[in-house]
Amino acid sequence: MYAQQVKSTGKKVVSLEEMSPADRDFQERINRGEKIEPKDYMPAAYRTNLIRQIGQHAHSEIVGQLPEGNWITRAPTLERKANLLAKVQDEAGHGLYLYCAAETLGVTRDEMFEMLHEGKMKYSSIFNYPTLTWADMGAVGWLVDGAAIMNQVPLQRTSYGPYARAMVRICKEESFHQRQGYHIMIKMAKEGTEDQKRMAQDALNRFWYPALMMFGPSDNDSVHSAQSMAWKIKMNTNDELRQKFVDETVPQAAYLGLTIPDENLQWNAETEQYDYSEPDWNEFHDVISGNGPCNTERLGARRKAWDDGAWVREAMMAHAEKKAQRKAALG
Amino acid sequence: MSNSKEWPLWEVFIRGQHGMSHRHVGSLHATDAEHAIKNARDVYTRRNEGVSIWVVQAKDIAASSPSDKGPLFEPASDKIYRHPTFYDIPDEAGNM
Ligand SMILES: [Fe+2]
Ligand SMILES: [Fe+2]
Repeated sequence: MYAQQVKSTGKKVVSLEEMSPADRDFQERINRGEKIEPKDYMPAAYRTNLIRQIGQHAHSEIVGQLPEGNWITRAPTLERKANLLAKVQDEAGHGLYLYCAAETLGVTRDEMFEMLHEGKMKYSSIFNYPTLTWADMGAVGWLVDGAAIMNQVPLQRTSYGPYARAMVRICKEESFHQRQGYHIMIKMAKEGTEDQKRMAQDALNRFWYPALMMFGPSDNDSVHSAQSMAWKIKMNTNDELRQKFVDETVPQAAYLGLTIPDENLQWNAETEQYDYSEPDWNEFHDVISGNGPCNTERLGARRKAWDDGAWVREAMMAHAEKKAQRKAALG
Repeated sequence: MSNSKEWPLWEVFIRGQHGMSHRHVGSLHATDAEHAIKNARDVYTRRNEGVSIWVVQAKDIAASSPSDKGPLFEPASDKIYRHPTFYDIPDEAGNM
């Protein structure tokens, strides 16, 4: 989801008997539900995979500010503006918690930024879609943060201590994000004018499938998740979470009087869940590999912020050093 | 390359509303202590989580190593007489 494209080694999961004593000890700690902490022994592949996963997650929080930042200055009321500003500020915080967690694994913040800017690290495909109307702020909070919550709640139990603790903080803050989005949808779809209702439906039409894509490829095609699940850095399969999201969202759309853009959507009495259409996976692969509607714009904005801020970062450090020297001279 | 220019890492400790000790909440980058406290305010207390902030540079923290876990902590594990439940007190004696 926020880390949709974490490719592990592709090797099959090694059984306990085949492991080295250190790796077996490590796996048994995870099986017992113990947390792995930064200085503990961990297999190199666990470390590499986690850096990639937490890094992607952090980048998604940061890049994810851009589509919503687009509407802060144009929010319809001062209250909505304050709400959206607080939400976007939270996302910056989420990015920071996660960068810190990744740094405990031995990668630096600057290295992660550089990998993002050079396209060597990904962020969630969802943030490469444009936010065209105010209703999109409703749809993003409701669906995108809703999907994020679905993924993040189980990650509070992930095996790596700093990651789990970051997720606990994040989950505490996410609920407000989804509710403020749904609240915008209520105002527009239930209580709004015909035009506003149309805008709300249009936003749902555009964000439904991209939201489903957030959970990553179908389990049949994601051969790499078994190792991550053994390591408890992935807690559920992509399809499990996607199904859960559909089942929770359908009644919410019904309450709003909106139609989910899927002709095949239907309650299945046998499985007691909704049958639904898969998103277009070709589109997903296109977007994730750089060809979505806003990829260039999003990365461009990140690079510009990083480059334009360089002199500020340097000046602040120089100032702090000078201040420290002056203090030392005074004794 | 750019690593050398990275702002130092600080660990952040916050005391909440209810008179508890400062608790480690996470870390952040900042140029000096004053800057670290300002950043900690923004990153870790957006919802009234704290009434007091401590920051300390991560490099100044000394930590026990995972391999010392046995020698450091095992001696306590067989001293169950340090816990109140070790001592049976008859009900007749009342609440204790
Ligand atoms: Fe977030
Ligand atoms: Fe969020």
